[in-house]
Amino acid sequence: MDVGIVSYGAYVPRYRIKPEEIGRIWGVDGKGMGKGLMINQKSVPSPDEDVVTIATEAARGMMARVPEVDPKDIGAIYVGSESHPYAVKPTSTIVAEAIEATPAMTAADMEFACKAGTAGIQVCMGLVGSGMVKYGVAIGADTSQGAPGDALEYSASAGGAAYLIGSEKIIAKINKTLSFTTDTPDFWRREGQPYPKHGGRFTGEPAYFRHITSAAKMMLEAMGTKPEDYTYAVFHQPNGKFPTRVAAQLGFTPEQIQYGLLTPEIGNTYSGAVPLGLANVLDHAKPGDRIFVTSYGSGAGSDAFDITVTDEITKYKRDKAPVLEKILADPIYLDYGTYAKYKGKIIMPE
Amino acid sequence: MREVAIIGVGITKFGELWNKSFRALGIEAGMKAMEDANLSGNEIDGVFIGNLSAGRFINQQHIDALVADYSGMATRHIPATRVEAGGASGGVAFRQGVMAVASGLHDVVMVGGAEKMTDLDDASINSVMDATADSEWEAEMGATFASLHAMIAQRMIHEGIATREEIASVAVNSHFHGAFNPNAQFKKAAPIETVLKAGPVATPLGMFDTAPISDGAASVVLCPLEDAKKYTDKYVKVSASAQASDTLALFQRPDITTYGATVEAAKKAYQTAGITAKDINVAEVHDVYSVGGIMALQDLGFYKKGEAGKAMLEGQCHYDSGKVAINTSGGLKARGHPIGATGVAQIVEIAHQLRGTADNRQVKDAKYGLAQSVGGTGSAVTVSIMEAI
Amino acid sequence: MSGVAREWREIPGRYNLKGTKCGCCGKLYFPARSFCPVCRRESMGKMEEHDMCRTGKVFTFSIVHEAPDMNNLQKPYAVAMVKTDDGVMITAQLVDVEFDKIEIGMPVRAVLRKLSTDGESGIIRYGYKFVPNL
Repeated sequence: MDVGIVSYGAYVPRYRIKPEEIGRIWGVDGKGMGKGLMINQKSVPSPDEDVVTIATEAARGMMARVPEVDPKDIGAIYVGSESHPYAVKPTSTIVAEAIEATPAMTAADMEFACKAGTAGIQVCMGLVGSGMVKYGVAIGADTSQGAPGDALEYSASAGGAAYLIGSEKIIAKINKTLSFTTDTPDFWRREGQPYPKHGGRFTGEPAYFRHITSAAKMMLEAMGTKPEDYTYAVFHQPNGKFPTRVAAQLGFTPEQIQYGLLTPEIGNTYSGAVPLGLANVLDHAKPGDRIFVTSYGSGAGSDAFDITVTDEITKYKRDKAPVLEKILADPIYLDYGTYAKYKGKIIMPE
Repeated sequence: MREVAIIGVGITKFGELWNKSFRALGIEAGMKAMEDANLSGNEIDGVFIGNLSAGRFINQQHIDALVADYSGMATRHIPATRVEAGGASGGVAFRQGVMAVASGLHDVVMVGGAEKMTDLDDASINSVMDATADSEWEAEMGATFASLHAMIAQRMIHEGIATREEIASVAVNSHFHGAFNPNAQFKKAAPIETVLKAGPVATPLGMFDTAPISDGAASVVLCPLEDAKKYTDKYVKVSASAQASDTLALFQRPDITTYGATVEAAKKAYQTAGITAKDINVAEVHDVYSVGGIMALQDLGFYKKGEAGKAMLEGQCHYDSGKVAINTSGGLKARGHPIGATGVAQIVEIAHQLRGTADNRQVKDAKYGLAQSVGGTGSAVTVSIMEAI
Repeated sequence: MSGVAREWREIPGRYNLKGTKCGCCGKLYFPARSFCPVCRRESMGKMEEHDMCRTGKVFTFSIVHEAPDMNNLQKPYAVAMVKTDDGVMITAQLVDVEFDKIEIGMPVRAVLRKLSTDGESGIIRYGYKFVPNL
């Protein structure tokens, strides 16, 4: 049977901070840092937001667009993140209650650095395709921490998107998915540690580029396609530079990756990055558009997807939830002090 | 049903009384009331005590037993009852005492109100007060007790019922009178600029719209009216003591710019006393937040809705204005607000006014006095009317 | 602060604005009630679960500057009484809005946010707050 996306929803917090403001505190040319990373600003979660609230908002938007879908027909929910609020107690069950999908369903949280969201999509595809569930929900959302003064502080941001995977009335058919996975220690965070660590320049060639390029090439070969066969392409985007470069290396054009590249405006939303990029593409997509997606998660692996937008999208009630253009329209800018307070970087009294 | 009289009153200073324990405060007020009533103490056959939350403030439940014990009643096994109704604890305790005597089941009853708040830190104290609103659906949602009153004030301003200045003038009036009350927590007048410029608590209300945290106790002695002369010739008659309830949460009310419970309790009280609002010469109203004072003036029928603020702002509520004097004790704002004590402290003030013993804040020829005690955001209201004999 | 059982028990109301509708007179109640104060005994056993509307308008509001142990990273904060589009009044915080833009009558919608946490190791309490309705 055909398996694909029945609905999607997205959410990015309203607050922003600019790289020049971050650089100002650490005595660094923040503007220059931003230029080098191709990041103009990043999103900051309000103190009352976390992966649960972000995932819920995205999932509720996703459900609002398909009012004919009974949430009780959702058979599985997976939330992928590297900043789940609990180390033990799943985000997924809270989101499941918040969209009234419980109790006849399965759920679990996923972690695979920035590709935990797309990993969830793959799992849902299997459950739906095998006939085990009618609908599966996969969400990628993060409120990642960048260590103060570290390069990642300029990019680590917050946001997420949710996908309803099914086999009926699909607005975008997932023709194929495949992955390229190895044990590559480019970026990690030990249990209990507040900030991740990374291998500096090792995160480039042997990590990001190797896995994305390998998965992408495997997909093009498996589908017998060339980059020009696709309308849009979405790549993982820890900054604006990497996806621009890998797209060029693979033969995709800047026009193809334009809608799917949000990091320059909202920073790196980690597990939310590819899901949000894809959501922005779907906000603009038309029937027949073909979308090439390759995510990347440190540790390391890439999930590739070949997607074709169906005619069903013309009947899709996208306007029942705000599109990303609207969500991103009116941000509120913070100074570093407020940013540090919101991100819990200040030691508060008991 | 017998008619009831107040034959003695007693009150402590109100304030941050660091070296006075709860036990000490309650006893001090009780002793003064007994002395005032010329009683030895053996005459008392029942005790009612208004107290909001000794359980949380001093980690002591079973306040009835503590009071019976430390007031010397326990050796005679006199029944003691603790009453809690949010900020109306004292007012409801008073009504319970009146009912006990009126019914014939008791002959000489002591009603006390006491609260020891300052042993706790400010944050904890405020969370106890927040718990007199709807704890689950107001306080835990972030609506502090102050913000609920602030939202009422915001709506009153929006609907043109009172201006910000008129609301603030309730505090000015309370402080004006507090200056004449030696037991008041604050004895300094507060000009309206002070109230308007004070630090914000929950907009539009600020520090000076808010009653303070206080320790203190008050006490009155009741007996059947026909027996009063046996004890003293300074007594007043309790003409009515009415009580009404309303929803716990403010958001469940059809109209938030009026306390339906005040209107209902006042209606019943005026009916029982056989008078109208126009007959009241002096009233103690529950200005835990200044906006409560404006609401009281309209809900008790002293002024029409929309006109109470003007009267307050123009000083027409002063003891010497010739109109109904409001909060001659200093009200909750200046006299202080040890929560369980407040309702009884109001009775003490009215008794003094009607006996002519209100010193330099005496309302001339005061014949009828009224006390309004409020719990939560108007979730419980008592209106008691007393008459000079 | 409440324990875990109470937080769990209140999930329907806190997450999804579930209240009740009187099976006799149709009046809506939030939070849920086990009988209707208007119909009283007649309504017992006839109260139906009902999801309150998540959009509404600000009826009144206040900016809270002093609050015990609440929103320590987000003071001052706004609270409001919101009249939902089905006529039910709900009290909650108003977030993601600049204070000078808050107006009586402004359209808002309910979202799920963190209400509080039990310190660093206790549970996180989630519940409804309102944001401007774009």
